[in-house]
Amino acid sequence: MTKVENKDFWVFVETDTAGKAKNVGLELLNPGRRLADGQGGRLAAVIIGGHVDEAVKSAAEHGADMVIAVEGKEFAHYTTDAYTKVMCELVDKYHPATILIGATNNGRDMGPRIACRLQTGLTADCTALDLDADTGNMVWTRPAFGGNLMASIVCPSHRPQLGTVRPGVFKKTEPTAGRTVEVIREDLHVSPEAIRTELLETICEVADEAVDLESAEIIVAGGRGVGGPAGFAPLKELAQALGATLGASRAAVDAGWISHVYQIGQTGKTVAPKLYIACGISGAIQHLTGVSDAKCIVAINKDPQAPIFDVADYGVVGDVQEIVPLLTEAIRKNRST
Amino acid sequence: MKRILVCVKQVPDTTEIRIDPVKHTLIRDGVPSIVNPFDAYALEQAARIKDKEPDTEIVLLSMGPPQAQNALKKCLAIGGDKAYLVSGREFGGSDTLATSYILSCAVKKEQELEGPFDIVFCGKQAIDGDTAQVGPELAEHLGLAQVTYAVEVSAEESGVIVRRETEEGFEKVRAKYPCLITVTKPNFDPRLPSIKAKLAANHKEIPTLGAADLAIDLDRAGLQGSPTRVKKTFTPPVKTSGIKLTEENPAMAVEKLLALLKKDGVV
Repeated sequence: MTKVENKDFWVFVETDTAGKAKNVGLELLNPGRRLADGQGGRLAAVIIGGHVDEAVKSAAEHGADMVIAVEGKEFAHYTTDAYTKVMCELVDKYHPATILIGATNNGRDMGPRIACRLQTGLTADCTALDLDADTGNMVWTRPAFGGNLMASIVCPSHRPQLGTVRPGVFKKTEPTAGRTVEVIREDLHVSPEAIRTELLETICEVADEAVDLESAEIIVAGGRGVGGPAGFAPLKELAQALGATLGASRAAVDAGWISHVYQIGQTGKTVAPKLYIACGISGAIQHLTGVSDAKCIVAINKDPQAPIFDVADYGVVGDVQEIVPLLTEAIRKNRST
Repeated sequence: MKRILVCVKQVPDTTEIRIDPVKHTLIRDGVPSIVNPFDAYALEQAARIKDKEPDTEIVLLSMGPPQAQNALKKCLAIGGDKAYLVSGREFGGSDTLATSYILSCAVKKEQELEGPFDIVFCGKQAIDGDTAQVGPELAEHLGLAQVTYAVEVSAEESGVIVRRETEEGFEKVRAKYPCLITVTKPNFDPRLPSIKAKLAANHKEIPTLGAADLAIDLDRAGLQGSPTRVKKTFTPPVKTSGIKLTEENPAMAVEKLLALLKKDGVV
């Protein structure tokens, strides 16, 4: 698609099956606001779902100027075919300049499908967003080569320009309760024959609803040095004592010790806690990419040469199974005094 | 009989890449080239289908410089029946849209000659670009249904049942043939080739297909067919290391650590 003079920014606000807006969509309204203002365009949230009212309300409260909503039972859960079709029809009607999509598994499933159908450029998994106000070109910055290199990408002559953005990179703004905005409801539908995949079953591996690594304040994460699935027990205790969320490195997930939903790093989640306690994590660049926004990193590792010590604010050389329980005890004692 | 296509990319082993501490550039010298690990998982999924249905044909496709033949040979030894390399100077600088367009021309050409594919497998992403876009864009060019982030694939009569990773766990999804599936790391290791299979693969002819062979529209390939441009690259800022607590015993180190964390106001 060639350039059309339009300055509007869209944020695709993904909904969960209950109809709630996923965090990353609301997070993206924050940089979206800055970018739309920089360009003198409007900021629209685009919401597709089985029931959209709650997500529409959240998007309005988190700063969108307007909402474009598409509701239908065929959209109750994500399918590539239905969502791509609707997004492309909306783009054809409204011609936004830019679309931001959360880089969730579904976002990264849909983004390239839309970009290809519209014959335009998409930049994947961005961690920084800037705008060249003169040209209206976004400058999309993203890690490549497993986090060893950062690349800034532009899409100079095609619109809309598309990017998927990592969850957890941007913070949600404080919602303004009761804020209402213009809501356009588009009566679009997709026939069952046009949806070529069928969801048979959903398997949730998040033991507790509070596993929200992207917005966690404190994270206790374990890696290969934890030693095995049972080695996570003292980490869980420490997490409990600190009111922290549990996380893991790819090595621990690949070893089958803990579910991938806990994975932090280039192929896992990006986190920005105020305190990150890395237990038995060697600190490969792929992992560090996911924790670069942590305010304070504590490393506990028995290998004094582990690269994690190069980035840690505080390092303790020692066995995780010995140090972690001591730390838990010290924290509990500290709380009770 | 099923026909399965597996797309593979030869990539530098990014776990071996180091940063030049002075020039802040990637040191690529001496970094081995490997089959993109996610593509190896995709091939394993195809090979598992062939284990159950031995008359399945597995075709391998790669785009890259002539040396990418090596990656295809490795894959042939593991489980491919034949392989094609798409290569040409005109393709240099292709972004994901241009790359997927070029690959789609190769797939269409092969299908014209040999019949349609039931499944096209891709790795979920290549470990050098990390975009995860070529698979879905290829599906769009070919008009195929897609399922991404697959960890388990079972081939049924009229379609596949895929176990797919999500942020919260997994989904079980059914897709009819033909479809494209992108594969992430499963909980099993890809098989290793036998010596005999390696020798046989070395002798296999791998046709190289260029722009003319595939009737590529050059306006849609290479740099000029790519909507995106790399504006600049840089190495991420390096955080300096802090304090290593070298107290006499673990208990003292922990005590000191807690004191520091309290002082910083993070606990």
